[in-house]
Amino acid sequence: MKRLLARLAGAEQAGLGLALFILCVVLATLSPVFLTAGNITNILRDAALVAIAGIGMVAIILQGEIDLSVGSSQAVVGIAAVAVLNASDSILLALLAALLLGALIGLTNGLLVTRAGINSLIATLGMMAILRGVAMVSTGAVSIQAKVPAFVDVGTGHLGPLPVPVVLAAVLFAAVYFLLHHTPFGRYVYAVGGNREAAELAGLPVARIKVAVFMLGGVLAALSAFVLASRLNSGQPNAGLGFELQVIAAVVLGGVSLTGGVGTLVGALLGILILTVLNNGLVLLNVSSFYHDIARGIVIILAVYLDTRRRRSLDRKPGG
Amino acid sequence: MTTPPRIELRGIRKAFPGVQALDGVDLTLVEGEVHALVGENGAGKSTLIKVIGGVYHPDEGTYLVDGRADVVHDPRTAADAGIRVVHQELELVRDLSVAENVFFGRLPVRGGIRVDWRRLEQETTTALTQVGLGIDPRTKVRRLGIAQQQLVEIARALSRQDREHGARVLILDEPTSALSPAEIDGLFVLLRRLRDEGVALLYVSHKLDEIRALADRITVLRDGAHVSTDDAEDLDEDEIIRRMVGRQLEGVYPRSERQPADVALQVDGLTTEHVQDIALSVRAGEVVGVSGLMGAGRTELLRGILGADRRLAGQVHVQDRALGADATWRARAAGLGLVPEDRRAQGIFPLLGVLDNASIACLDQFTRHLCLQSAAETDEAGKVIERMRVRTPSLQQPVALLSGGNQQKVLLARWLLKRDLAVLFVDEPTRGIDVGARFEIYRLLDELAAGGLGILLVSSEMEELLGLCDRIYVMKGGRITDEMDAATATQERLLAAAL
Repeated sequence: MKRLLARLAGAEQAGLGLALFILCVVLATLSPVFLTAGNITNILRDAALVAIAGIGMVAIILQGEIDLSVGSSQAVVGIAAVAVLNASDSILLALLAALLLGALIGLTNGLLVTRAGINSLIATLGMMAILRGVAMVSTGAVSIQAKVPAFVDVGTGHLGPLPVPVVLAAVLFAAVYFLLHHTPFGRYVYAVGGNREAAELAGLPVARIKVAVFMLGGVLAALSAFVLASRLNSGQPNAGLGFELQVIAAVVLGGVSLTGGVGTLVGALLGILILTVLNNGLVLLNVSSFYHDIARGIVIILAVYLDTRRRRSLDRKPGG
Repeated sequence: MTTPPRIELRGIRKAFPGVQALDGVDLTLVEGEVHALVGENGAGKSTLIKVIGGVYHPDEGTYLVDGRADVVHDPRTAADAGIRVVHQELELVRDLSVAENVFFGRLPVRGGIRVDWRRLEQETTTALTQVGLGIDPRTKVRRLGIAQQQLVEIARALSRQDREHGARVLILDEPTSALSPAEIDGLFVLLRRLRDEGVALLYVSHKLDEIRALADRITVLRDGAHVSTDDAEDLDEDEIIRRMVGRQLEGVYPRSERQPADVALQVDGLTTEHVQDIALSVRAGEVVGVSGLMGAGRTELLRGILGADRRLAGQVHVQDRALGADATWRARAAGLGLVPEDRRAQGIFPLLGVLDNASIACLDQFTRHLCLQSAAETDEAGKVIERMRVRTPSLQQPVALLSGGNQQKVLLARWLLKRDLAVLFVDEPTRGIDVGARFEIYRLLDELAAGGLGILLVSSEMEELLGLCDRIYVMKGGRITDEMDAATATQERLLAAAL
């Protein structure tokens, strides 16, 4: 029984690592392009986008909530950023606008959940529809082109050998890792997700923690939206369609339990890499993009199934 | 040849993990009697009812119905034998009609599938008339008052004539807890009529005046064991209480020299949805108890003070500073801590480690420049956990894997770690905890009080309250109804004040 749970968690990450490794070996044998530097950079760049939003999603799911609005916020935030960029000629101002809008979306989500008492699945589902609608209405469903040439460097440029988004994702990963594991706030996130009522009765500021985590998620989703807009060099009302499911699936695949309180950033990162590599491999193997959806769907179901089984085996252990 | 009793129980024993709920209970119910069953919280009344109703199987003992064994195997066979139970919590479906509730699960059908609504309504009307309730069977239960719902529940119990027998044994568990005096009188008229028609009634209640008014015989349970069965006229209320309480205080309650100092917690006129007009105080270095029956509002009192339930009126002062009402974190910041009643659901973070569980309420003490100083945390929390003699293989062990007693100690450690704790609330601290750990918890609470902490202790065990406390408040119906000095209080007085 000793450290059984810790060992389970460790084993789980080892399993994910192994799955990633096998996937890579298989793809490397099937496709000569897979292991080229160019393709690896592509994978990392794609993964970075999911990771930036996914890091925030980890915190949200850890405390037992969910945020479906991150996909639509890719569109709205991207459009807003490009609009500010075109009006001000300033990348910095565009970034600030994006972050502010992301924080605002997160704040609204958080207040809907804590103050209005709406289940986060529903609250953010509504937010997702609203934001997508706003993106369409504000642009007349037409994308707006960025007029500042340097903007595209944010998403496509390099810092040394590494693409900028990858560096950004790495920095954010480190920062949120520190937040979750070396600050009281991180401990609270795990506690609130592990037992909300106990957290309330132990005198933790549950509502504030939740709102803060939703805001963190909103800001990080806005950052990924900013990077995406830069890569597209435009604000597109269709940006990020289905992105929320991609993020949630990756995070859950990485062992972050939808019931809250269980999971790690490292696991989530592995989940993100597995899904990205899978996607990349399907492209390399010339599989029709419709099959990508099917593959992703299967992986999502598989991930939740594994989560449920894990949950059950954990539930059986205590007291037994 | 005499007819055998409707129900005869001999030497019924039933154990649950850690508890001997019934330890040799005898009970006979004969036709045409009202038999009252009394006992303290946890005396085994509910378990006994469930045995009679077929929900539990006794581990040992004989259960005869009309002199025959092996009749009742489950709730269904009990119902077929004419045994009907009206439970304390109403079990009606609020959004269905009265008729659908009365015949729930056995709606009359026509042609195999269609519900025969006309017959349903006719039969419901008959059943309702039997209990003296003149309402439209199509009324939604939601729209009925509690008393009417209670009567519908009884009508349902009486109407189960789907097999050869009607109701021959009727068991009522605290049926009057939500009724007004007039409604109680109406219910009693009905129950006496049923008795005169030959039904055997088992009446479970805390309310001794009702029992005096209604019962023909009285059985007292204590700690799962049968104490006595007597004709009602042979017992007065004092004697009933004496038998319910029974035992002597044992020397398990340590009591150091305590010096109550300044008032640490002052509550005035506190009103929430569950408690009314609460006034109490706790001094530093004092153990104050809250007594009362189940549902008297003791836990809700603690929740109200902490701000876990919305405060509608009143003030709370902790060390002379007013406490804001809107959030529990304010209470913690002000120096209040709670060890809740339901450890698993309300206390522990099951998957977090022992250390994380213990330090969660005072992480600010280990934080510098926003960063958690885990060495200081491990050091200080580790010492307290060790001092509490928590038996755990490591500080990282998920707390869900510890025993109940050790979990409780971890929850106590959570508040001991807090340097500016003023008053500790403990709600049923020894429920479900074995004797050894229990004594350690008593010793600890006593030490804490001697060290100058104020303690507010809620307990169903009067013995525990008398042994540990300096003063005791008694609650009833969401209000504080009495206050006693523990030195002069007795279990009899506590119980009498709570009834």
